[in-house]
Amino acid sequence: MIVPLNHILLLSGLLFSLGMFCTLARRNLIMMLLGIEIMLNAAAVGFVGASLHWQQMEGQAIVIFILAVAATEVSIGLAAILVVYRRTDSVDPDMDAALWEKGGSR
Amino acid sequence: MSILTLLFYAIALLIVVATAMAVTRRNMVHAVLYLVLSFFGTAMLFYLLGAPFLAALEIIIYAGAIMVLFLFLIMMIRLKTLPGMFFPVGQLLPAILISAGFLVVSSVMVGRNPSGWAPMPAAQASPMAFGVYLFQTHWLAVEIASMLLLVALVGAYILGRRVRGPSADTRKEAP
Repeated sequence: MIVPLNHILLLSGLLFSLGMFCTLARRNLIMMLLGIEIMLNAAAVGFVGASLHWQQMEGQAIVIFILAVAATEVSIGLAAILVVYRRTDSVDPDMDAALWEKGGSR
Repeated sequence: MSILTLLFYAIALLIVVATAMAVTRRNMVHAVLYLVLSFFGTAMLFYLLGAPFLAALEIIIYAGAIMVLFLFLIMMIRLKTLPGMFFPVGQLLPAILISAGFLVVSSVMVGRNPSGWAPMPAAQASPMAFGVYLFQTHWLAVEIASMLLLVALVGAYILGRRVRGPSADTRKEAP
């Protein structure tokens, strides 16, 4: 006998709120993307717990697709951050619009 | 209280502490390394909850591939001046309120479910049974996911390629 489902869901919710805080509060595009990864991972934990609770493999199948979406999102996101960095020399999401318009300081 | 229960709480504590450390680090490399620790904990949790194949995938894809991609980018762009760690208070306060509010609401909603408080029996889905299930029931979704990954590959190439011609670099050298 291991833990009840609710403890797993509470852990998942705690991880999700940590990731949400990271996405909303950090002043750095890379850390914001990292927060999205934490949130996707928290969702995966919840799905695996639910899969054990109902003795169905559906939850585990969804985690595979969460992995695929996370890999897609991070590769596109990091490429976009690289473009932003080349243009503006900064990864601050609060950057000046003027800096972007003139194509960076260089 | 069995050994599996104790193990669950130990792993849960490890995951939460490692993630909290990752979220609050100023140095991005440290944050990524703490997150790798958190993903290793998640992989152990998956194994405990009866998904050994997903535990392996979690280590291979999340800790192995995605986090290394982050490390590549952090080492590639050498930030001369890091931006401030957090937003100013006016923007930080709503972020804290939203996260805490989500935590409270989700905890209340989870706690109100009475059937979830009974301890679950341990079970395990063998990788072979899982693979057969995945490809028999969700074969179309697997194909769509592979198309998604191909699109990501092409998109990342197009975004990351240096544009020749009137770019910022050549314009600087011209005069």
